[in-house]
Amino acid sequence: MSIWSRIANTFQSDRLSREIDEELQSHIEEAIAEHRDPTEARRALGSALLLREASRDLRLIAWLDSVRADAIFGWRQILKRKVTSAAAILSLALAIGACVAAFRLIDALLLRPLPVAGADRLYAVSFESPSAVDGTPVQYYSCSYPLFLRMRTDLRDRAEAIAVSYNGETDLTYGTDQDMEWVNLQYVSGWMFDMFRLRPAAGRLLHENDDVASGAHPYAVLSYDYWTRRFGRSPSAVGRTFRVGNDVYEIVGVAPAGFTGTETGWITDVFVPMAMKNPRTLASLNNFWLFTFLELKPGVGTGAVQEKLRATFHSIQEERRKVLPAMTQHDRERFWQEKLFLEPASSGLSNMQREYRQALAVLGLLVALVLAIGCANVANLMTAQASARAREMALRVAIGAGRLRLVQLVLVESAWLATLATAIGGIFAYWSAPLVAGMLHPRAYGARLNLPMDWRVLSFALLLACGVTFLFGLIPALRASAVKPVSALRGGEDPHWRGRLMRSLIALQVAFCFVVHLTAGLFVTTFERLSNQPAGFSSDRILNLEAVSSSPQSPVLWDQVMQHVRGMPGIEGAALIGWPLMSGESVIGNIAVNGAPPGNVFADFIMISPGWAELMRIPLLGGRDFRASDFNPGAAVVNQLFARQYFQGEDAVGKWFDRVDAAGGRSHYQIVGLIRDARSRDRLRWPIRPTVYVPFAAVDSAGALRPTGRGTIVVRTASQNPLALAAALRREVADARPGFRVRDVHTQMELNQNDTVRERLLAILASFFAGVALLLACIGLYGVLDYSVLQRRREIGISIAVGARTGDIVRRVSGQGFAMVLMGAVGGLAIGMASVRYVESLLYQVRLTDVSIVALPTLAILIGGLLAALPAVFRAARTDPAKMLRAE
Amino acid sequence: MHGYAIMSAIKESSGDVLRADEGSLYPALHRMEENGWIRAEWVTKDTGRRARTYELTLMGKRQLADEESRWRAVTSAVNRVLRTV
Repeated sequence: MSIWSRIANTFQSDRLSREIDEELQSHIEEAIAEHRDPTEARRALGSALLLREASRDLRLIAWLDSVRADAIFGWRQILKRKVTSAAAILSLALAIGACVAAFRLIDALLLRPLPVAGADRLYAVSFESPSAVDGTPVQYYSCSYPLFLRMRTDLRDRAEAIAVSYNGETDLTYGTDQDMEWVNLQYVSGWMFDMFRLRPAAGRLLHENDDVASGAHPYAVLSYDYWTRRFGRSPSAVGRTFRVGNDVYEIVGVAPAGFTGTETGWITDVFVPMAMKNPRTLASLNNFWLFTFLELKPGVGTGAVQEKLRATFHSIQEERRKVLPAMTQHDRERFWQEKLFLEPASSGLSNMQREYRQALAVLGLLVALVLAIGCANVANLMTAQASARAREMALRVAIGAGRLRLVQLVLVESAWLATLATAIGGIFAYWSAPLVAGMLHPRAYGARLNLPMDWRVLSFALLLACGVTFLFGLIPALRASAVKPVSALRGGEDPHWRGRLMRSLIALQVAFCFVVHLTAGLFVTTFERLSNQPAGFSSDRILNLEAVSSSPQSPVLWDQVMQHVRGMPGIEGAALIGWPLMSGESVIGNIAVNGAPPGNVFADFIMISPGWAELMRIPLLGGRDFRASDFNPGAAVVNQLFARQYFQGEDAVGKWFDRVDAAGGRSHYQIVGLIRDARSRDRLRWPIRPTVYVPFAAVDSAGALRPTGRGTIVVRTASQNPLALAAALRREVADARPGFRVRDVHTQMELNQNDTVRERLLAILASFFAGVALLLACIGLYGVLDYSVLQRRREIGISIAVGARTGDIVRRVSGQGFAMVLMGAVGGLAIGMASVRYVESLLYQVRLTDVSIVALPTLAILIGGLLAALPAVFRAARTDPAKMLRAE
Repeated sequence: MHGYAIMSAIKESSGDVLRADEGSLYPALHRMEENGWIRAEWVTKDTGRRARTYELTLMGKRQLADEESRWRAVTSAVNRVLRTV
């Protein structure tokens, strides 16, 4: 008989037993039919039960049968205590679900290899240099195209290299300008698809000969995801054309399903060849805009490749040095400190990974702590039940059950709890992971994380279920199997170890809970301090209309469009700015005063129209605002920090300074006004910088107005919700002048929150887990105290009978519990102190030694503990000695 | 042939010399079935009761031939030893 029939028999063991019995019965009948004495025949056959057992074990898998029996028994046990089991399963499910969700995020962003050939040999070039602002090392991936080409040539025999631009939100159209739509467009080396050995889902992919001559290969490949969303996987999409700016591209094919580009966390819609990027950018040594990926040939070591690349980088730097003559001593030092590294890139590369690596690790750790708290709860529950079941266990040992069988019995029951919890937790993770992923980067159009539920997630959940089973099941199982039948059946087993075990688990729970609360407190405070920083301007009812014109237009026309918008009903005021405040865009410039060489401190440059400062409610402290007759370069309005930095706080109005460009050229400015410091950059952790405001209207060296193709119209609406006017404003801009159109609309409030996305996420999730941890710890404390009162009811009853006062009873019952809570809190504080430096880089202006950070969790846990202890204390105090002693 | 019949057949054909122990008959049959040497089938007897009958499989016949030749080798060797002594 095959293994399958044995497995089948295992699950039909009742039928198997019946058949064996029937066969033995028919044997006896035959014997009787031959006139043998029935008793003699039966005696000759031997014990039917023994025969049945021997045959059964032959025809099924004995251990599987025992597991099956234990599973049925365990299921009945769970059903018997519906409420406690449900509480245990649900709390565990929440913790497991959070763990699985965290794993899904971490796996999708950081661990999962790209679905391409040779992902394990994929590396990327990265750089590190001291930051221009405060000198701390900054890492980045950006290369220039000439550097990439040189690296590719120099590595010919050791690796293949590809260049991939950052994903850019681009507007393209399949028809007219009125039907613009957003896509995530990426410039890639033509040979990328061949290097990754990808096959097209439709049409063809790009090849090396699609990436040769600048501007000569207007071909595009769609990602499968975009093909599905935009074209419903219609094959007729291949061959269609679209327009980006003035370039018309033909769609030649679709990339395979699953491949969403190499920038993990961003989903690329359209791939176009590098050669289609504008030729000036391609040729520039000083434009850093692409990732360089390397696929090392088998057997090539990273060390040698990195050395080779450093040599290439150095020679390029030498060339750059020649075209950047105007560097200060400080710049020069920074320039030569720039260093190249090779880093593994099997799961793709993105700034999102860099930004969230540590945050996700911390969240992962928090959910692991919550899971540990949940496990401790179930372990305590099982231990309490084990004491109730000590007699049953003793009986089993007495009739010959092996220790191993008892361990198995309890573990199978634990496995039931874990499996049910994992199943429910899986549903929770299925729902919650995309929710959190959506919070990682809510604004950007293409920022989406692919979150597959596949064998990786499944095996993690399975491993977790097994791990959890052993975590909370093993100790109770071993204890149960170590039962001594004699003492247990006599009813006098030593209950003390149980109390000790349960109490130490409570201390552990409280410690972990404390750590989670501390971390949550740190994150919440960080978020509050970051987002409550004074911005220096008023964001109330401000809407930014980011506009473009089909060809560069004179600033006069831009001003007319803005005036048109200002005249609309419902608009309080309007002004022009180069780009919205806090949008992440910035331009810095070197400043020189009195013809001296430029200093080390850069200033931010922002283009504004007259009336902008008043619109943003930034008060004028001296001088005047811009007039229509002011141009850039020429007139400037500066902030207080600028005056302090370059004029040592003297009255700066009327003074002159130079802006020095990289080639050493100088433009002359006179300061006409001084305004209060206001934030313009989205880096809230950095201080406000010296800022120069220049007129939106720019002139060239001959004094003629310089046309521009983009600008932002800032409006303050009368109504509280500025977005209500967005559609009308879009139409108004398009009607104001042909060729002008609004590309994107953002409220200022929305932009201000950009740099606190991660902090908000950490604060929300950590607070949620802190709540869950506290709830679980309190349930655990309640359970243990209740159990101990139940255990000691005899003692309490006698005490009351001989005249103990209620206060004494309360003290006796709650004393030990509170000692545990206190010990746990101290332990948690110690763990927090020891580990806080690992999260320091995620924090802002907050320390563990702040009173509120430590006081709040202490208070929360004390109150929680008090609430959890009350029912047990009441129960103890209300013990009726007469009734209790009679029951004994 | 069902279990009881097998036992009776052994008894009869050996002229009452060999007696299968009734207690170990069924475990032995079930082990052989497990090894695939015999195949079992339920048949309904004239009395209306079911009986489990066994028959040799192809593998069982091969095994039987093997065992028979081994038995012959052993007995002839034992015979030779007995004769020479």
